[in-house]
Amino acid sequence: MQWETVIGLEVHAQLATNSKIFSGASTAFGSEPNTQACPIDLGMPGVLPVLNQGAVEMAVRFGLAIDADIAGQSVFARKNYFYPDLPKGYQISQYELPVIGQGQLVIELDDGATKTVGITRAHLEEDAGKSLHEDFHGMTGVDLNRAGTPLLEIVSEPDMRSPREAVAYAKKLRTVVRYLGICDGNMQEGSLRVDVNVSVRPAGQAAFGTRAEIKNVNSFRFLEKAIEFEVERQREIIEDGGTVEQETRLYDPDRGETRSMRTKEEANDYRYFPDPDLLPLEVDTSFIERVRAGLPELPDDKKARFVSDYGLPAYDAGVLTAARELADYYEAVVTAAGGEAKLAANWVMSELGGVLNERGLDITESPVAAEDLGGLIRRIEDQTISGKIAKEVFAAMVAGEGSADAIIEARGLKQITDTSAIEAMIDEVLANNPGQVEQYRNGKTKVLGWFVGQVMKASRGKANPDQVNQLLRDRLDG
Amino acid sequence: MSLSTDEVRKIARLARLAVDEEEVTTYARELSSILDLVDRMNAVDTAGVTPMAHPQHATQRLRPDAVTEPDDRDRYQRNAPAVERGLYLVPRVVE
Repeated sequence: MQWETVIGLEVHAQLATNSKIFSGASTAFGSEPNTQACPIDLGMPGVLPVLNQGAVEMAVRFGLAIDADIAGQSVFARKNYFYPDLPKGYQISQYELPVIGQGQLVIELDDGATKTVGITRAHLEEDAGKSLHEDFHGMTGVDLNRAGTPLLEIVSEPDMRSPREAVAYAKKLRTVVRYLGICDGNMQEGSLRVDVNVSVRPAGQAAFGTRAEIKNVNSFRFLEKAIEFEVERQREIIEDGGTVEQETRLYDPDRGETRSMRTKEEANDYRYFPDPDLLPLEVDTSFIERVRAGLPELPDDKKARFVSDYGLPAYDAGVLTAARELADYYEAVVTAAGGEAKLAANWVMSELGGVLNERGLDITESPVAAEDLGGLIRRIEDQTISGKIAKEVFAAMVAGEGSADAIIEARGLKQITDTSAIEAMIDEVLANNPGQVEQYRNGKTKVLGWFVGQVMKASRGKANPDQVNQLLRDRLDG
Repeated sequence: MSLSTDEVRKIARLARLAVDEEEVTTYARELSSILDLVDRMNAVDTAGVTPMAHPQHATQRLRPDAVTEPDDRDRYQRNAPAVERGLYLVPRVVE
């Protein structure tokens, strides 16, 4: 039987505010336990939550970026459950009336085609603290620094049909929130958390199969692997005549499998009700327009502009706009290089990309400044150096030896374009290799390449290869 | 009676409230009378009435995104029964 996979994602994005969603405590990552947990975060009696305008603005930024309906009025609700890292006994979230309604995100598939994935809603809520289960004399340690950090929970429609599509969606979402500056997108630190709903159904069947929700997927690779495993598991159950249970499963990256979380009987009975401590949130047109005015150029628009303005292939434009910082770097290189857009793209993606990859660096940590890389490309273009010598200069730049011009000067790498100087080298090579000259003249013209190599070697790579080629032909044929 | 004794037990368990077995019937009757009042209100035709999220006719005031709370951990932790290395200690939670 042919099976179809149906995938929907729930993504929790930690919003990059300075303070918490309902209190003035700091949200900085990695501080000493409980040094950023104030009485509101601790759920002390008598305290009241006050909503952070920055969090609302970020939610609206996201809503505008995915072309969503933004609710004029939305409501905060209490989601009730008991766990030590949730001191109030409820999480303040949004339930019936979320701030962001229906929107969509365009993703790019492996074959270059695009697909529109629906986004059902996005709502504001507070994060919980962290429980540490290692041994504290048989007790559990609780750190409430994270409690009250603003989250935007982004719920997709069940529109994805393969693990690759789910990864493409998650990556695109990460790109968008990073462009918007509303979330750093760090999956390892938990700033971006992905839960996946997976089900299978016989191809052609309209009704969805029973889904499992998978948690603890903290990288794109694990996302793909978790879905692949889960699809196989469900298919086997159904093919063996069983039924898939609706449940929450945990992905175990060490074993590459998902396993059932022991679910308590009433685990999903959260008894939501509107939080009486919070009045309805009103977002009016002027608020929305103010946020809209501050939106950056979004990834899809930037990509389209890179194709039209710089004449880049769609692939290059996609790679270079995957992160805003990379796109900014690239544009600075092009400016410094005097407009050599395609050459600049190649250098940023392969030479620089290789160095960054090898050293595990982000583009913002690049050992070569954009202006300097642009300066190098300018020297390739004006034929001061060949592309091959440029790689040597680039390596020296990475090693911190200075600008391209300084290195070319210090190492005497300037390309030899003086015809008489090149001719002198050619004459010497021809004089030393009469046998090969003979071969060439007898019609074995393939040795021309060998001669070019010899002359380039004699010039220590500095002769202009095009000139060498031309002058050699003139000499040998003449 | 709109609320069964089993439902009372379930609600009590979800809210982590200890309810004596002999009180269950009383609570079922009393809570049922509240729900009966809700039923009477539900019978009113409210088509065209905007649902009310809050009894006050006001909207949420927003505060600027600024850190205003200092670190006062030591003082807060004086209230806690057990603390170690800055963490609040609670009876072990097994996932």
